[in-house]
Amino acid sequence: MAMHQIEKSYDNLQVVVPPADVAQSAVSVRNVSKGYGNVEALRDLSLEFPRGQLTSLLGPSGCGKTTLLKIIAGLLKADSGDVEVNGVKVAGPGPDRAFVFQDFALLPWANVMRNVAFGLELRGIAKSEREAIAEKYIKNVGLAGFERSYPHELSGGMRQRVGLARALSVDAQVLLLDEPFSAVDEQNRRKFQEDMLELVQKEKKTFIFVTHSIEEAVYVSDQIAVLLPRPSRVSEVIRPTSFRHKDAANIRRDPEYLDIIDRIWASLRNYVE
Amino acid sequence: MKHRSLLLKLLSALLVFGAWEIAGRIPVSFAFPTFLESMQALLAMTLDGRIFVAYAETLKPLVVGIVISAVFGISLGLWTGLSQRFDWLFSPVFIVMQAAPLAALIPLLVMAYGIGLTSKVFVVCIMAMPVIVLNTSGAVRNTPSSIKEMATSFLARDRDVILKIIIPAASPVIFSGLRLGISAGFIGAILAELKITPTGVGDIITYSRSIADYPSMYAAIFSIIALAVVFLNLLERFENFLFAGNNRGYASD
Repeated sequence: MAMHQIEKSYDNLQVVVPPADVAQSAVSVRNVSKGYGNVEALRDLSLEFPRGQLTSLLGPSGCGKTTLLKIIAGLLKADSGDVEVNGVKVAGPGPDRAFVFQDFALLPWANVMRNVAFGLELRGIAKSEREAIAEKYIKNVGLAGFERSYPHELSGGMRQRVGLARALSVDAQVLLLDEPFSAVDEQNRRKFQEDMLELVQKEKKTFIFVTHSIEEAVYVSDQIAVLLPRPSRVSEVIRPTSFRHKDAANIRRDPEYLDIIDRIWASLRNYVE
Repeated sequence: MKHRSLLLKLLSALLVFGAWEIAGRIPVSFAFPTFLESMQALLAMTLDGRIFVAYAETLKPLVVGIVISAVFGISLGLWTGLSQRFDWLFSPVFIVMQAAPLAALIPLLVMAYGIGLTSKVFVVCIMAMPVIVLNTSGAVRNTPSSIKEMATSFLARDRDVILKIIIPAASPVIFSGLRLGISAGFIGAILAELKITPTGVGDIITYSRSIADYPSMYAAIFSIIALAVVFLNLLERFENFLFAGNNRGYASD
Protein backbone atom coordinates (compact mmCIF):
# COMPACT_ATOMS: atom_id res chain seq x y z
CA MET A 1 0.00 0.00 0.00
CA ALA A 2 2.75 2.42 0.99
CA MET A 3 4.76 1.57 -2.08
CA HIS A 4 1.76 2.10 -4.20
CA GLN A 5 1.26 5.55 -2.67
CA ILE A 6 4.79 6.66 -3.37
CA GLU A 7 4.58 5.47 -6.92
CA LYS A 8 1.34 7.31 -7.40
CA SER A 9 2.57 10.61 -6.05
CA TYR A 10 5.73 10.29 -8.11
CA ASP A 11 3.58 9.83 -11.21
CA ASN A 12 1.62 12.81 -10.17
CA LEU A 13 4.72 14.92 -9.80
CA GLN A 14 5.61 14.21 -13.38
CA VAL A 15 2.18 15.18 -14.57
CA VAL A 16 2.19 18.46 -12.66
CA VAL A 17 5.62 19.59 -13.78
CA PRO A 18 6.48 17.99 -17.10
CA PRO A 19 10.19 18.49 -17.71
CA ALA A 20 9.92 20.32 -21.03
CA ASP A 21 7.34 22.83 -19.97
CA VAL A 22 7.91 24.96 -16.91
CA ALA A 23 5.17 27.56 -17.11
CA GLN A 24 2.22 25.19 -17.02
CA SER A 25 -0.49 27.64 -16.11
CA ALA A 26 -3.68 27.32 -18.11
CA VAL A 27 -5.00 30.56 -16.65
CA SER A 28 -2.97 33.44 -15.24
CA VAL A 29 -4.53 36.32 -13.38
CA ARG A 30 -2.18 39.29 -13.04
CA ASN A 31 -2.78 42.33 -10.85
CA VAL A 32 -6.50 42.39 -11.44
CA SER A 33 -8.55 45.09 -9.76
CA LYS A 34 -12.28 45.56 -9.96
CA GLY A 35 -14.64 47.91 -8.16
CA TYR A 36 -18.38 48.39 -8.15
CA GLY A 37 -18.89 52.08 -7.48
CA ASN A 38 -17.26 52.70 -4.12
CA VAL A 39 -16.99 49.02 -3.23
CA GLU A 40 -13.66 47.45 -4.02
CA ALA A 41 -14.33 43.85 -5.06
CA LEU A 42 -10.79 42.89 -6.06
CA ARG A 43 -7.52 44.72 -5.48
CA ASP A 44 -4.34 43.86 -7.33
CA LEU A 45 -5.05 40.14 -7.31
CA SER A 46 -2.65 37.68 -8.95
CA LEU A 47 -3.10 33.93 -9.17
CA GLU A 48 -1.92 31.03 -11.36
CA PHE A 49 -4.15 28.10 -12.28
CA PRO A 50 -2.15 24.96 -13.19
CA ARG A 51 -3.23 23.09 -16.29
CA GLY A 52 -5.26 19.94 -15.85
CA GLN A 53 -5.91 20.57 -12.17
CA LEU A 54 -8.77 21.77 -10.06
CA THR A 55 -8.24 25.04 -8.25
CA SER A 56 -10.79 26.25 -5.72
CA LEU A 57 -11.46 29.87 -4.92
CA LEU A 58 -12.55 29.74 -1.33
CA GLY A 59 -13.62 32.57 0.89
CA PRO A 60 -16.41 34.20 2.86
CA SER A 61 -19.21 35.87 0.96
CA GLY A 62 -18.28 39.26 -0.40
CA CYS A 63 -14.64 38.40 -0.98
CA GLY A 64 -14.99 38.73 -4.75
CA LYS A 65 -14.57 35.09 -5.74
CA THR A 66 -17.52 35.10 -8.16
CA THR A 67 -16.34 38.45 -9.52
CA LEU A 68 -12.93 36.93 -10.23
CA LEU A 69 -14.53 33.93 -11.94
CA LYS A 70 -16.69 36.15 -14.13
CA ILE A 71 -13.66 38.24 -15.08
CA ILE A 72 -11.86 35.05 -16.14
CA ALA A 73 -14.99 34.06 -18.09
CA GLY A 74 -14.99 37.43 -19.85
CA LEU A 75 -18.46 38.24 -18.53
CA LEU A 76 -17.07 41.16 -16.50
CA LYS A 77 -14.29 43.55 -17.41
CA ALA A 78 -11.49 44.13 -14.94
CA ASP A 79 -10.73 47.78 -14.13
CA SER A 80 -7.04 47.02 -14.43
CA GLY A 81 -4.77 44.02 -14.80
CA ASP A 82 -4.78 41.08 -17.21
CA VAL A 83 -6.20 37.61 -17.45
CA GLU A 84 -4.49 35.19 -19.80
CA VAL A 85 -5.88 31.84 -20.88
CA ASN A 86 -3.26 29.67 -22.57
CA GLY A 87 -1.15 32.77 -23.04
CA VAL A 88 -3.90 34.72 -24.80
CA LYS A 89 -5.35 37.81 -23.16
CA VAL A 90 -9.05 37.57 -22.31
CA ALA A 91 -11.21 40.22 -23.99
CA GLY A 92 -14.59 38.54 -23.63
CA PRO A 93 -16.21 35.11 -23.53
CA GLY A 94 -14.29 32.60 -25.64
CA PRO A 95 -14.49 29.01 -26.87
CA ASP A 96 -11.64 28.04 -24.54
CA ARG A 97 -13.78 28.54 -21.42
CA ALA A 98 -17.15 27.14 -20.34
CA PHE A 99 -19.20 28.26 -17.37
CA VAL A 100 -21.34 26.33 -14.90
CA PHE A 101 -23.81 28.56 -13.10
CA GLN A 102 -24.86 28.57 -9.48
CA ASP A 103 -28.57 28.74 -10.40
CA PHE A 104 -28.09 26.27 -13.29
CA ALA A 105 -29.28 28.84 -15.90
CA LEU A 106 -31.14 26.21 -17.91
CA LEU A 107 -33.69 27.11 -20.56
CA PRO A 108 -37.02 26.11 -18.99
CA TRP A 109 -38.69 25.76 -22.40
CA ALA A 110 -36.05 23.38 -23.74
CA ASN A 111 -35.57 19.72 -22.88
CA VAL A 112 -32.35 18.24 -21.49
CA MET A 113 -31.03 17.43 -24.96
CA ARG A 114 -31.46 20.96 -26.27
CA ASN A 115 -30.10 22.49 -23.05
CA VAL A 116 -26.96 20.37 -23.17
CA ALA A 117 -26.49 21.04 -26.88
CA PHE A 118 -27.23 24.78 -26.51
CA GLY A 119 -23.57 25.85 -26.42
CA LEU A 120 -22.95 23.90 -29.63
CA GLU A 121 -26.16 25.28 -31.17
CA LEU A 122 -24.85 28.80 -30.61
CA ARG A 123 -21.65 27.79 -32.40
CA GLY A 124 -23.67 26.81 -35.44
CA ILE A 125 -23.00 23.08 -35.29
CA ALA A 126 -25.49 20.94 -37.23
CA LYS A 127 -28.30 19.40 -35.24
CA SER A 128 -27.42 15.73 -35.69
CA GLU A 129 -23.78 16.34 -34.84
CA ARG A 130 -24.44 18.43 -31.74
CA GLU A 131 -27.06 15.95 -30.47
CA ALA A 132 -24.59 13.10 -30.84
CA ILE A 133 -22.05 15.03 -28.74
CA ALA A 134 -24.70 16.06 -26.21
CA GLU A 135 -25.92 12.50 -25.91
CA LYS A 136 -22.45 11.35 -24.95
CA TYR A 137 -22.12 13.93 -22.18
CA ILE A 138 -25.67 13.37 -20.93
CA LYS A 139 -24.61 9.76 -20.44
CA ASN A 140 -21.32 10.79 -18.81
CA VAL A 141 -23.06 12.86 -16.14
CA GLY A 142 -25.51 10.04 -15.46
CA LEU A 143 -28.65 11.45 -17.07
CA ALA A 144 -29.18 8.84 -19.79
CA GLY A 145 -32.89 8.34 -20.31
CA PHE A 146 -33.75 11.93 -19.39
CA GLU A 147 -32.93 13.47 -22.79
CA ARG A 148 -36.54 14.45 -23.45
CA SER A 149 -37.32 15.69 -19.92
CA TYR A 150 -37.79 19.35 -19.16
CA PRO A 151 -35.77 21.06 -16.40
CA HIS A 152 -38.76 21.42 -14.07
CA GLU A 153 -39.17 17.65 -14.11
CA LEU A 154 -35.66 17.16 -12.70
CA SER A 155 -34.34 17.49 -9.15
CA GLY A 156 -31.83 20.22 -8.28
CA GLY A 157 -28.92 17.82 -8.52
CA MET A 158 -30.02 16.57 -11.92
CA ARG A 159 -30.46 20.12 -13.18
CA GLN A 160 -26.89 20.93 -12.26
CA ARG A 161 -25.75 17.76 -14.06
CA VAL A 162 -27.42 19.25 -17.15
CA GLY A 163 -25.47 22.48 -16.58
CA LEU A 164 -22.27 20.48 -16.23
CA ALA A 165 -22.96 18.43 -19.37
CA ARG A 166 -23.59 21.66 -21.31
CA ALA A 167 -20.24 23.04 -20.20
CA LEU A 168 -18.43 19.79 -21.02
CA SER A 169 -20.00 19.39 -24.44
CA VAL A 170 -18.42 22.55 -25.89
CA ASP A 171 -15.04 20.96 -25.12
CA ALA A 172 -13.40 24.02 -23.59
CA GLN A 173 -10.01 23.53 -21.95
CA VAL A 174 -11.03 25.54 -18.90
CA LEU A 175 -14.19 24.92 -16.89
CA LEU A 176 -15.41 27.68 -14.60
CA LEU A 177 -17.80 26.54 -11.88
CA ASP A 178 -19.57 29.16 -9.80
CA GLU A 179 -20.71 27.51 -6.55
CA PRO A 180 -22.18 24.73 -8.66
CA PHE A 181 -23.44 22.64 -5.76
CA SER A 182 -24.73 25.33 -3.44
CA ALA A 183 -28.31 24.92 -4.67
CA VAL A 184 -28.09 21.13 -4.48
CA ASP A 185 -29.09 19.12 -1.42
CA GLU A 186 -26.43 17.61 0.85
CA GLN A 187 -26.59 14.00 -0.32
CA ASN A 188 -26.55 14.95 -3.97
CA ARG A 189 -23.70 17.33 -3.26
CA ARG A 190 -21.55 14.53 -1.83
CA LYS A 191 -22.24 12.35 -4.83
CA PHE A 192 -21.43 15.28 -7.06
CA GLN A 193 -18.14 15.93 -5.31
CA GLU A 194 -17.09 12.32 -5.77
CA ASP A 195 -18.04 12.54 -9.44
CA MET A 196 -16.00 15.74 -9.74
CA LEU A 197 -12.84 13.92 -8.66
CA GLU A 198 -13.42 11.33 -11.35
CA LEU A 199 -14.20 13.99 -13.91
CA VAL A 200 -10.99 15.95 -13.26
CA GLN A 201 -9.00 12.72 -13.70
CA LYS A 202 -10.80 11.74 -16.87
CA GLU A 203 -11.32 15.00 -18.72
CA LYS A 204 -7.82 16.48 -18.46
CA LYS A 205 -9.28 19.94 -18.26
CA THR A 206 -8.48 22.84 -15.99
CA PHE A 207 -11.22 23.41 -13.43
CA ILE A 208 -11.72 26.65 -11.53
CA PHE A 209 -14.18 26.11 -8.78
CA VAL A 210 -15.78 28.78 -6.61
CA THR A 211 -17.14 27.64 -3.28
CA HIS A 212 -17.80 28.87 0.22
CA SER A 213 -17.65 25.37 1.69
CA ILE A 214 -14.25 24.62 3.25
CA GLU A 215 -14.85 20.85 3.25
CA GLU A 216 -15.90 20.88 -0.37
CA ALA A 217 -12.87 22.90 -1.44
CA VAL A 218 -10.41 20.65 0.39
CA TYR A 219 -12.17 17.52 -0.81
CA VAL A 220 -12.10 18.24 -4.54
CA SER A 221 -9.11 20.55 -5.07
CA ASP A 222 -5.54 20.11 -6.20
CA GLN A 223 -4.97 23.69 -5.14
CA ILE A 224 -7.01 25.91 -2.85
CA ALA A 225 -6.75 29.69 -3.05
CA VAL A 226 -8.10 31.24 0.14
CA LEU A 227 -9.47 34.70 -0.58
CA LEU A 228 -10.07 37.30 2.09
CA PRO A 229 -12.33 40.33 1.83
CA ARG A 230 -11.91 44.06 2.42
CA PRO A 231 -9.81 44.44 0.39
CA SER A 232 -10.00 41.21 -1.57
CA ARG A 233 -6.73 39.39 -1.79
CA VAL A 234 -5.31 35.88 -1.94
CA SER A 235 -4.30 35.14 1.61
CA GLU A 236 -2.77 31.74 0.91
CA VAL A 237 -2.55 28.98 -1.64
CA ILE A 238 -2.73 25.47 -0.23
CA ARG A 239 -1.80 22.32 -2.16
CA PRO A 240 -2.88 19.13 -0.41
CA THR A 241 -0.30 16.41 -1.06
CA SER A 242 -1.10 13.14 0.63
CA PHE A 243 -4.73 12.29 -0.02
CA ARG A 244 -5.43 13.37 -3.55
CA HIS A 245 -5.05 9.86 -4.91
CA LYS A 246 -6.83 7.99 -2.20
CA ASP A 247 -10.18 6.70 -3.22
CA ALA A 248 -13.13 8.99 -2.68
CA ALA A 249 -14.43 7.30 0.45
CA ASN A 250 -11.17 7.60 2.41
CA ILE A 251 -10.35 11.25 1.82
CA ARG A 252 -12.68 12.51 4.50
CA ARG A 253 -10.79 10.49 7.13
CA ASP A 254 -7.32 11.57 6.08
CA PRO A 255 -5.43 13.52 8.79
CA GLU A 256 -4.10 16.04 6.28
CA TYR A 257 -7.62 16.66 4.98
CA LEU A 258 -8.81 17.43 8.49
CA ASP A 259 -5.75 19.57 9.28
CA ILE A 260 -6.22 21.71 6.21
CA ILE A 261 -9.87 22.26 7.04
CA ASP A 262 -8.91 23.42 10.55
CA ARG A 263 -6.19 25.66 9.23
CA ILE A 264 -8.46 27.36 6.71
CA TRP A 265 -11.21 27.82 9.27
CA ALA A 266 -8.73 29.39 11.67
CA SER A 267 -7.81 32.02 9.10
CA LEU A 268 -11.36 32.62 7.87
CA ARG A 269 -13.25 32.76 11.17
CA ASN A 270 -12.31 36.38 11.86
CA TYR A 271 -14.00 37.45 8.65
CA VAL A 272 -17.34 35.81 9.26
CA GLU A 273 -19.91 38.17 10.67
CA MET B 1 -54.48 22.72 -14.96
CA LYS B 2 -52.74 20.29 -17.29
CA HIS B 3 -55.50 17.73 -17.24
CA ARG B 4 -58.70 19.75 -17.10
CA SER B 5 -61.02 16.89 -17.57
CA LEU B 6 -63.82 17.07 -20.07
CA LEU B 7 -66.25 16.08 -17.35
CA LEU B 8 -65.50 19.15 -15.24
CA LYS B 9 -65.81 21.40 -18.27
CA LEU B 10 -69.21 19.93 -19.07
CA LEU B 11 -70.27 20.26 -15.44
CA SER B 12 -69.23 23.90 -15.40
CA ALA B 13 -71.20 24.59 -18.59
CA LEU B 14 -74.20 22.74 -17.17
CA LEU B 15 -74.14 24.87 -13.99
CA VAL B 16 -73.98 28.16 -15.88
CA PHE B 17 -76.58 27.26 -18.48
CA GLY B 18 -78.81 25.72 -15.83
CA ALA B 19 -78.68 28.92 -13.79
CA TRP B 20 -79.48 30.87 -16.96
CA GLU B 21 -82.42 28.61 -17.73
CA ILE B 22 -83.79 28.95 -14.18
CA ALA B 23 -83.30 32.73 -14.17
CA GLY B 24 -85.11 32.97 -17.51
CA ARG B 25 -88.01 30.86 -16.22
CA ILE B 26 -88.57 32.87 -13.01
CA PRO B 27 -88.23 35.32 -15.01
CA VAL B 28 -85.78 37.88 -13.60
CA SER B 29 -86.83 40.31 -16.29
CA PHE B 30 -89.29 40.43 -19.15
CA ALA B 31 -86.28 41.09 -21.41
CA PHE B 32 -84.34 38.01 -20.24
CA PRO B 33 -85.10 34.85 -22.24
CA THR B 34 -84.35 31.32 -21.07
CA PHE B 35 -81.30 29.44 -22.26
CA LEU B 36 -83.35 27.05 -24.38
CA GLU B 37 -85.25 29.86 -26.11
CA SER B 38 -81.96 31.56 -26.92
CA MET B 39 -80.53 28.33 -28.32
CA GLN B 40 -83.63 27.85 -30.47
CA ALA B 41 -83.18 31.36 -31.83
CA LEU B 42 -79.50 30.59 -32.51
CA LEU B 43 -80.48 27.42 -34.36
CA ALA B 44 -83.04 29.32 -36.41
CA MET B 45 -80.46 31.96 -37.33
CA THR B 46 -77.97 29.24 -38.25
CA LEU B 47 -80.49 27.43 -40.43
CA ASP B 48 -81.60 30.49 -42.39
CA GLY B 49 -77.95 31.57 -42.73
CA ARG B 50 -78.40 34.98 -41.10
CA ILE B 51 -75.67 34.35 -38.56
CA PHE B 52 -73.10 33.53 -41.27
CA VAL B 53 -73.86 36.70 -43.21
CA ALA B 54 -73.54 38.65 -39.96
CA TYR B 55 -70.18 37.09 -39.09
CA ALA B 56 -68.83 37.69 -42.58
CA GLU B 57 -69.35 41.37 -41.79
CA THR B 58 -68.17 41.36 -38.14
CA LEU B 59 -65.06 39.29 -38.71
CA LYS B 60 -63.60 41.78 -41.22
CA PRO B 61 -62.69 44.56 -38.73
CA LEU B 62 -62.06 41.96 -36.03
CA VAL B 63 -59.53 39.89 -37.97
CA VAL B 64 -57.81 42.88 -39.58
CA GLY B 65 -57.66 44.68 -36.24
CA ILE B 66 -56.34 41.68 -34.35
CA VAL B 67 -53.69 40.87 -36.95
CA ILE B 68 -52.50 44.50 -36.94
CA SER B 69 -52.53 44.60 -33.14
CA ALA B 70 -50.66 41.31 -32.79
CA VAL B 71 -47.96 42.07 -35.36
CA PHE B 72 -47.37 45.72 -34.46
CA GLY B 73 -48.12 45.17 -30.79
CA ILE B 74 -45.51 42.45 -30.37
CA SER B 75 -42.89 44.25 -32.47
CA LEU B 76 -43.40 47.55 -30.66
CA GLY B 77 -43.40 45.69 -27.35
CA LEU B 78 -40.08 44.00 -28.17
CA TRP B 79 -38.64 47.31 -29.22
CA THR B 80 -39.74 49.22 -26.14
CA GLY B 81 -38.62 46.33 -23.95
CA LEU B 82 -35.15 46.25 -25.46
CA SER B 83 -34.50 49.99 -25.64
CA GLN B 84 -35.17 52.34 -22.79
CA ARG B 85 -35.32 55.29 -25.18
CA PHE B 86 -38.19 53.77 -27.15
CA ASP B 87 -39.83 52.78 -23.94
CA TRP B 88 -39.96 56.46 -22.93
CA LEU B 89 -41.20 57.40 -26.39
CA PHE B 90 -43.96 54.82 -26.83
CA SER B 91 -45.09 53.51 -23.46
CA PRO B 92 -47.00 56.68 -22.45
CA VAL B 93 -48.99 56.49 -25.70
CA PHE B 94 -50.18 52.98 -24.91
CA ILE B 95 -50.84 53.67 -21.27
CA VAL B 96 -53.08 56.60 -22.33
CA MET B 97 -54.71 54.40 -24.97
CA GLN B 98 -55.44 51.72 -22.41
CA ALA B 99 -56.94 54.17 -19.95
CA ALA B 100 -58.97 56.20 -22.50
CA PRO B 101 -62.76 55.80 -22.44
CA LEU B 102 -63.14 54.40 -25.92
CA ALA B 103 -66.85 55.08 -26.38
CA ALA B 104 -66.18 58.79 -25.95
CA LEU B 105 -63.50 58.71 -28.64
CA ILE B 106 -65.63 56.98 -31.25
CA PRO B 107 -67.23 60.22 -32.54
CA LEU B 108 -63.71 61.56 -33.15
CA LEU B 109 -62.74 58.44 -35.09
CA VAL B 110 -65.92 58.68 -37.16
CA MET B 111 -65.16 62.32 -37.99
CA ALA B 112 -61.64 61.42 -39.04
CA TYR B 113 -62.17 58.10 -40.81
CA GLY B 114 -65.88 57.95 -41.63
CA ILE B 115 -68.27 55.15 -40.77
CA GLY B 116 -66.61 52.40 -42.78
CA LEU B 117 -64.20 49.59 -42.05
CA THR B 118 -61.28 51.89 -41.13
CA SER B 119 -62.96 53.31 -38.04
CA LYS B 120 -64.01 49.87 -36.88
CA VAL B 121 -60.50 48.49 -37.32
CA PHE B 122 -59.24 51.43 -35.27
CA VAL B 123 -61.65 50.62 -32.46
CA VAL B 124 -60.45 47.00 -32.39
CA CYS B 125 -56.81 48.12 -32.40
CA ILE B 126 -57.30 50.68 -29.63
CA MET B 127 -58.87 47.97 -27.52
CA ALA B 128 -56.40 45.20 -28.32
CA MET B 129 -53.00 46.82 -28.87
CA PRO B 130 -52.08 48.49 -25.55
CA VAL B 131 -52.22 45.36 -23.43
CA ILE B 132 -50.23 43.42 -26.05
CA VAL B 133 -47.52 46.11 -26.21
CA LEU B 134 -47.30 46.64 -22.47
CA ASN B 135 -47.21 42.92 -21.66
CA THR B 136 -44.58 42.22 -24.30
CA SER B 137 -42.27 45.03 -23.22
CA GLY B 138 -42.65 44.14 -19.55
CA ALA B 139 -41.84 40.50 -20.26
CA VAL B 140 -38.81 41.39 -22.37
CA ARG B 141 -37.46 43.66 -19.67
CA ASN B 142 -37.87 40.95 -17.05
CA THR B 143 -35.92 38.22 -18.86
CA PRO B 144 -33.89 36.45 -16.13
CA SER B 145 -30.40 37.91 -16.35
CA SER B 146 -28.76 34.59 -15.52
CA ILE B 147 -29.87 32.92 -18.74
CA LYS B 148 -28.83 35.97 -20.77
CA GLU B 149 -25.44 35.75 -19.08
CA MET B 150 -25.35 32.03 -19.81
CA ALA B 151 -25.97 32.66 -23.51
CA THR B 152 -23.25 35.33 -23.59
CA SER B 153 -20.77 33.02 -21.91
CA PHE B 154 -21.51 30.37 -24.55
CA LEU B 155 -20.73 32.91 -27.28
CA ALA B 156 -24.24 33.99 -28.31
CA ARG B 157 -24.45 36.99 -30.59
CA ASP B 158 -27.03 39.71 -29.88
CA ARG B 159 -29.36 38.19 -32.45
CA ASP B 160 -29.16 34.79 -30.71
CA VAL B 161 -29.86 36.39 -27.35
CA ILE B 162 -33.03 38.02 -28.70
CA LEU B 163 -34.29 35.04 -30.72
CA LYS B 164 -33.22 32.15 -28.51
CA ILE B 165 -33.39 33.66 -25.03
CA ILE B 166 -35.46 36.83 -24.74
CA ILE B 167 -38.40 35.91 -26.98
CA PRO B 168 -38.91 32.36 -25.65
CA ALA B 169 -38.46 33.57 -22.07
CA ALA B 170 -41.01 36.34 -22.64
CA SER B 171 -43.42 34.14 -24.59
CA PRO B 172 -45.73 33.10 -21.71
CA VAL B 173 -46.39 36.74 -20.84
CA ILE B 174 -46.55 37.76 -24.51
CA PHE B 175 -49.19 35.08 -25.04
CA SER B 176 -51.17 36.13 -22.00
CA GLY B 177 -51.06 39.68 -23.40
CA LEU B 178 -52.31 38.32 -26.71
CA ARG B 179 -55.16 36.53 -24.98
CA LEU B 180 -56.20 39.67 -23.10
CA GLY B 181 -55.73 41.79 -26.21
CA ILE B 182 -57.77 39.50 -28.41
CA SER B 183 -60.66 39.31 -25.97
CA ALA B 184 -60.57 43.11 -25.76
CA GLY B 185 -60.56 43.13 -29.59
CA PHE B 186 -63.79 41.10 -29.60
CA ILE B 187 -65.34 43.67 -27.29
CA GLY B 188 -64.07 46.44 -29.58
CA ALA B 189 -65.54 44.83 -32.70
CA ILE B 190 -69.01 44.60 -31.16
CA LEU B 191 -68.71 48.08 -29.65
CA ALA B 192 -67.85 49.45 -33.09
CA GLU B 193 -70.94 47.82 -34.59
CA LEU B 194 -73.14 49.18 -31.84
CA LYS B 195 -71.67 52.69 -31.85
CA ILE B 196 -70.61 53.41 -35.42
CA THR B 197 -72.90 51.62 -37.86
CA PRO B 198 -75.03 48.60 -37.05
CA THR B 199 -73.66 45.80 -39.20
CA GLY B 200 -73.09 42.11 -38.69
CA VAL B 201 -73.59 40.70 -35.20
CA GLY B 202 -74.02 44.21 -33.79
CA ASP B 203 -76.91 44.67 -36.19
CA ILE B 204 -78.63 41.47 -35.00
CA ILE B 205 -78.25 42.66 -31.40
CA THR B 206 -79.59 46.16 -32.10
CA TYR B 207 -82.38 45.05 -34.42
CA SER B 208 -83.59 42.18 -32.22
CA ARG B 209 -83.72 44.47 -29.24
CA SER B 210 -85.72 47.09 -31.12
CA ILE B 211 -88.39 44.53 -32.08
CA ALA B 212 -88.26 42.89 -28.61
CA ASP B 213 -86.96 39.58 -30.04
CA TYR B 214 -84.82 38.99 -26.96
CA PRO B 215 -83.96 35.33 -27.66
CA SER B 216 -82.29 36.37 -30.92
CA MET B 217 -80.45 39.19 -29.18
CA TYR B 218 -79.06 36.84 -26.53
CA ALA B 219 -78.33 34.21 -29.16
CA ALA B 220 -76.12 36.73 -30.99
CA ILE B 221 -74.34 37.72 -27.77
CA PHE B 222 -73.88 34.06 -26.86
CA SER B 223 -72.42 33.25 -30.27
CA ILE B 224 -69.79 35.98 -30.06
CA ILE B 225 -68.72 34.83 -26.59
CA ALA B 226 -68.54 31.24 -27.81
CA LEU B 227 -66.43 32.31 -30.78
CA ALA B 228 -64.05 34.23 -28.51
CA VAL B 229 -63.63 31.21 -26.22
CA VAL B 230 -62.91 28.89 -29.15
CA PHE B 231 -60.40 31.37 -30.54
CA LEU B 232 -58.58 31.76 -27.22
CA ASN B 233 -58.40 27.97 -26.87
CA LEU B 234 -56.86 27.71 -30.31
CA LEU B 235 -54.32 30.36 -29.31
CA GLU B 236 -53.39 28.33 -26.25
CA ARG B 237 -52.89 25.25 -28.42
CA PHE B 238 -50.68 27.29 -30.72
CA GLU B 239 -48.60 28.49 -27.77
CA ASN B 240 -48.13 24.94 -26.46
CA PHE B 241 -47.17 23.84 -29.94
CA LEU B 242 -44.53 26.59 -30.29
CA PHE B 243 -43.10 26.44 -26.77
CA ALA B 244 -43.66 22.97 -25.42
CA GLY B 245 -41.89 23.56 -22.10
CA ASN B 246 -43.74 26.81 -21.40
CA ASN B 247 -46.70 26.05 -19.22
CA ARG B 248 -44.78 23.86 -16.84
CA GLY B 249 -42.98 26.17 -14.46
CA TYR B 250 -39.43 27.42 -14.42
CA ALA B 251 -36.16 25.61 -13.96
CA SER B 252 -35.10 27.75 -11.05
CA ASP B 253 -38.24 27.49 -9.00
